[in-house]
Amino acid sequence: MAMILFIALPLTSIVSQSVHTPHDKVLLTVESCDPFGCKTTTTVDQEATRKLKEEKPLGKFVGSKIYLDRGHLAINEVADFWKNKTSLSDFFSNLKNLPFYRAMGFTLTFTFVVTPLVIVFGLVIALAVNAVNQRLKGILVFFSLLPFVVTPLVGSLILFWMIDSRGLIGTFLQFIFENPELSLKASTGLTWITLIVYGVWHAAPFAFIVFYAGLQTVPKETLESAMIDGATRFQQVIHVVVPHLSPLVAFVALMQLMDNFRVFEPIIGFKAEAHATSLSWIIYNDLGGETRLLSSAATSSVLTIIGVSILLLPVLVRTWREFNPSN
Amino acid sequence: MSNEQIKKPIRIQLLIYGFVALWIILAIFPFFWTVWGSFKVELDFFSLADWKNAITGERTIAVYGRPFTGAGYDGAWVQEEFWRAFRNTGIVCFFTVLTSLTIATLGGYALSRSGFRYAFWLLIIALIFRALPPITLVSGYLLPFYEWNIWGVLPTTIIVLVAINQPFTLWMLHSFFQKIPKELDESAKVDGCTQFQAFKNVIIPVMWPGVITAGLFSFLLAYNDFAITAMLLSQDNQTMVPKINSFMGTTQTEGNVMFAVAAVVSAIIPLFILVMFFQRQLVSGLTAGAVKG
Repeated sequence: MAMILFIALPLTSIVSQSVHTPHDKVLLTVESCDPFGCKTTTTVDQEATRKLKEEKPLGKFVGSKIYLDRGHLAINEVADFWKNKTSLSDFFSNLKNLPFYRAMGFTLTFTFVVTPLVIVFGLVIALAVNAVNQRLKGILVFFSLLPFVVTPLVGSLILFWMIDSRGLIGTFLQFIFENPELSLKASTGLTWITLIVYGVWHAAPFAFIVFYAGLQTVPKETLESAMIDGATRFQQVIHVVVPHLSPLVAFVALMQLMDNFRVFEPIIGFKAEAHATSLSWIIYNDLGGETRLLSSAATSSVLTIIGVSILLLPVLVRTWREFNPSN
Repeated sequence: MSNEQIKKPIRIQLLIYGFVALWIILAIFPFFWTVWGSFKVELDFFSLADWKNAITGERTIAVYGRPFTGAGYDGAWVQEEFWRAFRNTGIVCFFTVLTSLTIATLGGYALSRSGFRYAFWLLIIALIFRALPPITLVSGYLLPFYEWNIWGVLPTTIIVLVAINQPFTLWMLHSFFQKIPKELDESAKVDGCTQFQAFKNVIIPVMWPGVITAGLFSFLLAYNDFAITAMLLSQDNQTMVPKINSFMGTTQTEGNVMFAVAAVVSAIIPLFILVMFFQRQLVSGLTAGAVKG
């Protein structure tokens, strides 16, 4: 009896917990529109979302900026752009003027540039640290953890102050390029690069730690036999170490894809919203303003969630197969 | 290994050490620079005249008579009442960690002993919650909170943070408890313990490594969160991170930037201490996911 009670009690708490948390998520589409009393709002959202889905096979990069009625507008505009396009690049440059696409563009660019860079950089650091003196390693790991653990907003602020045209790195860059007017905050391209550099700086320690742990388990025998077979150091790394680490690479890639897709704090920290916005930032902006455009934010949220699930789908399928080998 | 190191040509050794040194500088120099600069006046920290001013603190000497000043800290903590945000962060973190650990310990233990394979679903839920940007959930929370009139207070935020964090903590502790052999509590039961006594006397003494790791991660989540705390807390109840952001909003008057710099440094220090003491647990937590998943 006691056993049943003991297991049952936490179980119910878990079950209610697990019902509760996803609950909030499910409600999100419905609830956020309710108190506006607005069946209209809801239908607008749904229509727009549906249209968006229908449109997907037609135009590339279709999502939509659904500011209530302007949600329709955006779609019409996209259609217009598509009809009136003179060239594909023209179409995309028009597309960039719509906030949602702009955010999508940045989010995707950020995700797919930062993730590989983090993996490569983390791997190189791990290899290098693994080769240094045993005594140094502890300290190295300690210091390496700092950029990762530090609050993203705080970390980005620190870099933001340093790259300020009056800050250290800013001055240094001006000196190098002999251009006293140079400011990293002024142009879109440079802002993107800054954000990406921040992203790598922030996440590389994570990759490093994971790879470093993996390096400890590389079988020595394989390395030795590779050495005997005359493999150079570089070849050893490519043919023995990297394959051994490949599951970890997949893991880091997955984590990074998820984290980078929701890039948000750096944009606030770097005050980069004029040049780069992300999906998360759009939602934040809708919610944070005086008006609190809840339904607009909710719509962007739904779109973001769709984006995340598209991103995650392959992984989920893979995990499902791993856990149910019979299927 | 030592054998191998001797064989390494000096050129590669140099390359390796050079790279490691470069990385370490990249990793910690910004922190060092900001801590150093936080004791200066703004004109030194952002120095137009000469970048060396930021090191020597020429302007600071001119104003205060010595190269270091606590003015930024004084402004942030006393004038702008940063201590309030600090206290709020403390409360939020403490209760988030406490609640989520309590649920996760009991639940994780029960699930790991119940036989049915929850691991998959836990993992999936944890993954999904990890993947969702927290801000997407906020818009769902806001309206009910307005309606029930519980927006802006700390307990609400704590509950939300716990809810978002729970699947991950639960999964972590679940896999940790699965590594503790079942025989341990079975033998306790043979000796006449009830299930609860077995948990209390046998499992609790051995569970601390896992609990500390899980606690660290939920602490970091609560501490570092910006999206939720910025949206769900009223001005008076803000935690440190949104507070720093609001400092940035009022940055233009002189001195205010230094308040923000001081606040940033103050926010880093607890993390620094945390990493210092719990480095091992952090590393094991980061890699645990990799090995399992």
